[in-house]
Amino acid sequence: MTNKFFKMAPPQVEPSKLSGILIVIEGMDSSGRSTHIERLTSWLEQKGYAVLQVGLKRSELVGPALEQAKQGNVLSPRTMSLFYATDFYDQLENSIVPALRAGSVVLADRYVFTLMARDIVRGADFEWLESLYSMALIPSAVFFLDTSWRTLVDRTLKAHASLDYWESGMDLGLSRDWFESYLKYQKRMSAEFKILGKKYNFVTVNGNRSIPAVDKDLRKHIEQVLETEYPAASKA
Amino acid sequence: MHESPITGKLIAVEGLDGSGKSTQVYLLHQWLISLGCRVYFTEWNSSILVKDATKKGKRRQLLTPTTFSLIHATDFADRYDRQILPMLKGGYIVLCDRFMFTSFARDAVRGCDKTWLRKLYGFARVPDITFYFKLPLEIALNRILEGRPELKYFEAGMDLGLSPDVQESFRIFQGRVQDQYESMIPEYNFTPVDATLNVHEQQQKVREIIAGTIDLAQYHQRRWVNHD
Repeated sequence: MTNKFFKMAPPQVEPSKLSGILIVIEGMDSSGRSTHIERLTSWLEQKGYAVLQVGLKRSELVGPALEQAKQGNVLSPRTMSLFYATDFYDQLENSIVPALRAGSVVLADRYVFTLMARDIVRGADFEWLESLYSMALIPSAVFFLDTSWRTLVDRTLKAHASLDYWESGMDLGLSRDWFESYLKYQKRMSAEFKILGKKYNFVTVNGNRSIPAVDKDLRKHIEQVLETEYPAASKA
Repeated sequence: MHESPITGKLIAVEGLDGSGKSTQVYLLHQWLISLGCRVYFTEWNSSILVKDATKKGKRRQLLTPTTFSLIHATDFADRYDRQILPMLKGGYIVLCDRFMFTSFARDAVRGCDKTWLRKLYGFARVPDITFYFKLPLEIALNRILEGRPELKYFEAGMDLGLSPDVQESFRIFQGRVQDQYESMIPEYNFTPVDATLNVHEQQQKVREIIAGTIDLAQYHQRRWVNHD
């Protein structure tokens, strides 16, 4: 199958001949994304697929600068948006596209949807964001780990014994109380993800269950995607 | 929420490398200061926060047309949100050495979609006056190539593979950038300035246009008033 871009391919990127597939896992912090990506990677590799994992803030170009900027909290929301967009396109062009050209399965730990949801919650214009990411590749599947705030907060506190500044939306001034702010922020984000999910055909996976149960679900879905979209040599 | 009105004025200078626009905007800045105006000057690609990433990307030739464009937009957004817009709302005359039109010209030459670029910078105001320093390509090229023979990779458009020769690549690249600028004259109502005139003559014209367009008296620094 030929991978497609939302509106157009970035300049100097040849859109044809991308034979691999791109699978995205979306979900809030502590929804289990990275755990499942690790499990799926081993599973896919055992099946003989080459896997590349990508995520946010991992670009060689601005990844470190972005991490640093997050600590200081001095950039405007729009500047952060654009910084993240730079990071995203750097990975798209330098990691994702080459891997797809080589026929790999790319597992993305979050994608443009998280970036869009975060920005919308912070007042960005949807059309502006849609245009900004109009050169992103359309994933073969987007799985959304739908997890209740109770589960999220339990997992977060158990793992870190504290809440993250950004994941609590503290920059938004929703509440001076971190826990209250966290709840409000999670609620807003989850509302945005619902809207985006409809628009971009997310497959919702119940993330409140045990790791093996969620894993089984994801594998079943991915097997279908591989069957329909991966140009297996056996079919030739 | 009530938005504060913009009482300041935004003035940008654009043109090819070697068009002399930086000299002109420097002289303009000095003049407005001498008149006692509230004035602020800012340069393209100068935000400290994203400078490291830009430098790294350029030095290691990591940038694609898209990331080149985005990193400059990030830099611009940082200056726009933290400096340009607050200064405009605070009633300053803001002078910009290059504005979004630089990106529209260069990035379009690199193959970025024009509509995408315009939406990317959709948050920024179109300046009250945009001076475009216009001069024949050969003169601009000669000014640069005579004085500073060591051209940087992206500056010369080497990423486009126009020519293996740096100087030749620079010539072709600048020619294309100029075509883009020319097409923006009507689109953004640029005020062209004949950059073949001598520096003093150009500056007189620029000052005349500003004095004729902006009520400069409104921008004089507020004096301290004693309240009894």
